[in-house]
Amino acid sequence: MTEQATPLWEVFIRARNGLSHKHVGSLHAADAEMAMQAARDVYTRRGEGLSIWIARSADIVASDPVDKAMMFEPADSKIYRHPTFYQVPDDVENM
Amino acid sequence: MADPKTLFTYVLRLADDHLINAQRLGEWCGHAPTLEEDLSLANIGLDLLGQARALYTYAGEVESEGRTEDELAFLRPEREYLNVLLVEQPNGDFAHTIARQLIYATYMLPFWEAMRASRDETLAAIAAKAAKEVTYHLRHASEWTIRLGDGTDESRQRMITALDDLVSYTGELFETDNVTDAIVDASIGCDPAMLREAWDATIAEVLARAKLEMPSAPWMQAGGRGGRHTEHFGHLLSELQYMQRTYPDMVW
Repeated sequence: MTEQATPLWEVFIRARNGLSHKHVGSLHAADAEMAMQAARDVYTRRGEGLSIWIARSADIVASDPVDKAMMFEPADSKIYRHPTFYQVPDDVENM
Repeated sequence: MADPKTLFTYVLRLADDHLINAQRLGEWCGHAPTLEEDLSLANIGLDLLGQARALYTYAGEVESEGRTEDELAFLRPEREYLNVLLVEQPNGDFAHTIARQLIYATYMLPFWEAMRASRDETLAAIAAKAAKEVTYHLRHASEWTIRLGDGTDESRQRMITALDDLVSYTGELFETDNVTDAIVDASIGCDPAMLREAWDATIAEVLARAKLEMPSAPWMQAGGRGGRHTEHFGHLLSELQYMQRTYPDMVW
């Protein structure tokens, strides 16, 4: 089947209550219902999930790798944004 | 209570339907039109195989002659298999497989739902699990039927041809005989004829959405329940039984 007849979809699975949906892969399908069925068959065969989200790959807006320097490098030098300068009181066991 | 021999025949028929359909679906493995469908058809086949295993094990217990699920599944001659002819029909093209699975799942869903109320606890337990699985099988076959029937000229024509080829195998699903009568009298199984209305309604609904119609059959094929099979069955069995026949008692 052609790319036009069966476009690409991205699949997100939530494994358990309380977790967020996580990208697990992609698949080809004619429409949303078929994509949902295919996602169930391809990505949840071993009990991986309780919930599935599907999105057309074409609808996902992605950052351009060319912009990597502009987008991400400025954050590298901002160590004060990490919460590592706090004194954790002794009584707090898990932080 | 139905006598053990009658119950054995009833469970064996059911088990054979599942095993043979599973074998056909397994033939698609590595050959389906897309990777997604390759997994879907194999998944459905494995659901059916799981149901077949539970049924063969129970059939062996009912028979009480020490036959295991493997002996029942792999070591009988052709005439002792009691599956309906529908499930042994070749995969053909994708439309043929979808049409066969639609006809079968539309029958099995109301069947298993009714069997949840069986007085036979083992069959009721198998039914509870199987009903969930078959609900998905029906959805899978329905959605594909709709897309093929209401798709391109070619997909539509293929779906029409598939229904034409398979319609004469639908009558056998609703046959009654002294085995089904005795099982119904004992409140163990459901009357196949009672499933007809639900089957007709679901088929009509799905085909209407697919802009297709169920063709009428000039006559209905019969014989599977008595062990008389179509010419395709021997070939299917030779592949199904190859390992156990070549390496008796092998396990893995």
